[in-house]
Amino acid sequence: MRYTVNEQGYYGDFGGAYIPEMLYPNVEELRQQYLQIIGDAGFKNEFDQLLKDYVGRPSPLYLAKRLSEKYGANIFLKREDLNHTGSHKINNAIGQILLAQRLGKKRIIAETGAGQHGVATATVCALMGMQCVVYMGEIDMERQAPNVARMKMLGATVVPATSGSKTLKDATNEAMRDWIGNPVDTHYIIGSVVGPYPYPEMVAQFQSIISLETKKQLLEQTGKELPEYVLACVGGGSNAMGMFYHFLEDEQVKLIAVEAAGKGVDSGHSAATSVLGREGILHGSRTILMQTDDGQVVEPYSISAGLDYPGIGPQHAHLHKIQRAQYVNITDDESLQAGLLLSQLEGIIPAIESAHAFAYLEKMKFEKDDNVVVCLSGRGDKDLSTYIKHFGF
Amino acid sequence: MNRLNQLFDKKKNNLLSVYFTAGYPELNTTVDIAEALEKAGVDFLEIGFPYSDPVADGPTIQHSSQTALDNGMNLNLLFEQLAELRKRVSIPVLLMGYVNPMVQYGVERFCAKAAEVGVDGVIVPDLPMYEYETLYKNCFAQHELSNIFLVTPQTAEARIRKIDELSNSFIYLLSSASVTGNSLQVSDATETYFQRIKDMQLKNPTVIGFGIGDRATYQKATAYANGAIVGSAFVKLLGTPGYMEKIPEFIKSIKG
Repeated sequence: MRYTVNEQGYYGDFGGAYIPEMLYPNVEELRQQYLQIIGDAGFKNEFDQLLKDYVGRPSPLYLAKRLSEKYGANIFLKREDLNHTGSHKINNAIGQILLAQRLGKKRIIAETGAGQHGVATATVCALMGMQCVVYMGEIDMERQAPNVARMKMLGATVVPATSGSKTLKDATNEAMRDWIGNPVDTHYIIGSVVGPYPYPEMVAQFQSIISLETKKQLLEQTGKELPEYVLACVGGGSNAMGMFYHFLEDEQVKLIAVEAAGKGVDSGHSAATSVLGREGILHGSRTILMQTDDGQVVEPYSISAGLDYPGIGPQHAHLHKIQRAQYVNITDDESLQAGLLLSQLEGIIPAIESAHAFAYLEKMKFEKDDNVVVCLSGRGDKDLSTYIKHFGF
Repeated sequence: MNRLNQLFDKKKNNLLSVYFTAGYPELNTTVDIAEALEKAGVDFLEIGFPYSDPVADGPTIQHSSQTALDNGMNLNLLFEQLAELRKRVSIPVLLMGYVNPMVQYGVERFCAKAAEVGVDGVIVPDLPMYEYETLYKNCFAQHELSNIFLVTPQTAEARIRKIDELSNSFIYLLSSASVTGNSLQVSDATETYFQRIKDMQLKNPTVIGFGIGDRATYQKATAYANGAIVGSAFVKLLGTPGYMEKIPEFIKSIKG
């Protein structure tokens, strides 16, 4: 079975580049040039150097002892929360800003949900002296106010998306409209493994450093480079794709993608795309999509701003369809409880997105020697007000 | 030969097309608006089927699409309205919308139904050329539906040639790199682009759209192309009180 993309930009039935003609020259330029650019030795050196000295990679793989005791297996945390800017999003932002420079672009646009990708993009734009405009849903700007302030302090302009559900999907629409209007000087840094080909593949490659390091670290720490299980949360799915990437061909490794059930899969307030979605087309790719019978996109819900996206990346749709990865879901309440548990057992306050992955540990049964890797994709600082409100600290 | 081909055979200059969103401003105004446009002297119609995430559209058409959806518009209902429309309107009709509602309806079924109710062509901005060629072209041809491709100032010459090969009624030239609804600013660069396309001597006629909303922009567009398309400016008019009565005057103000 083939897990990777074909020449037309498809993962099995999913992917492609369903874009209006106005975006074609930009996307085509990327498609023609990105492989050559990122394969270049100079690019690789600069990317690796920045990941090491600026981001702080490799991120630790931490054996969480008390969590391991609780679940009766060896639970390893891949500490993307310790990256500069506090999440895995910086890996992709660094890769794409270097690409944008080599394409001769002067202006960067991005969409953001929880604000982590917006912060990462604003950060690399400051680093490289590029103009930065971030589109963010009006509702997300309220619930992730600290990240809005961070982006502004970093010199970015944050533009509220006021259409539709005023969240991530609408911010993405606005960013695409900006790109249509600024086709020559602007590069669009998409933050997840979504969008028209080559974005899903390119973002996955930049995030694949997560699983590349994990394999090495597991070998050093356990003598085996393959774990029994790998878990990650999925909104669009970039941390999960990075976490799965180098394990895809290792069929014995069970890959578990955790979606946000919101208030429950059947509650009408959910973002569990693999359960509630059907094949459709959004933001330039054919994927699994939450939609009405008429093909109108349904507004998803999750307490976590980074997970309430109505689709999943096309490679996830493929892995789901061929059952290479298992797609499960966790409610708001379960994720908050898991966030509290990780805080009090390990002294780590996770982003609510990442807490969804931890919550699924409760539902699994392990053998004593199982090695389990959970992607701790981001830290919880940005979510403190949500935790405080829920637990009444 | 569908109505669109017949029209372009017969009339080579100053064609005027108008876009409006089905189900806007009210659910059942589609046919009345179409009839008023024909009477006012419009040459062909583009009727939008609404989508929740219209990325190629500016605020005016986004608003009309959302209102139409809120009013309850969908493809089934639109096809019913179009069957009624064909009893009262004889000018060519194009459907314009995004690919996902069409795919969910079923492309085969969409083409068959569109042809049955008298639609002549389809404009789907986010339907890629590759997918059209490999999956949809035969279906469109079988039902005599024209597929309209867009060309922008950034479209490379080789691609324009390819689009010309694949087209069988007209090519939709975007006046600028923009979403819908921004007024055409005619600059030297725009004129150079229009002239460049004209000099290519394409086998298909061209019609310029995006940013055409008054006599000046209509004249500018039709100086370089066979026709012009008015969209957002007309949709804006539909958002004002007494819009039905204003339609003849609006069209006259453009055509002169």
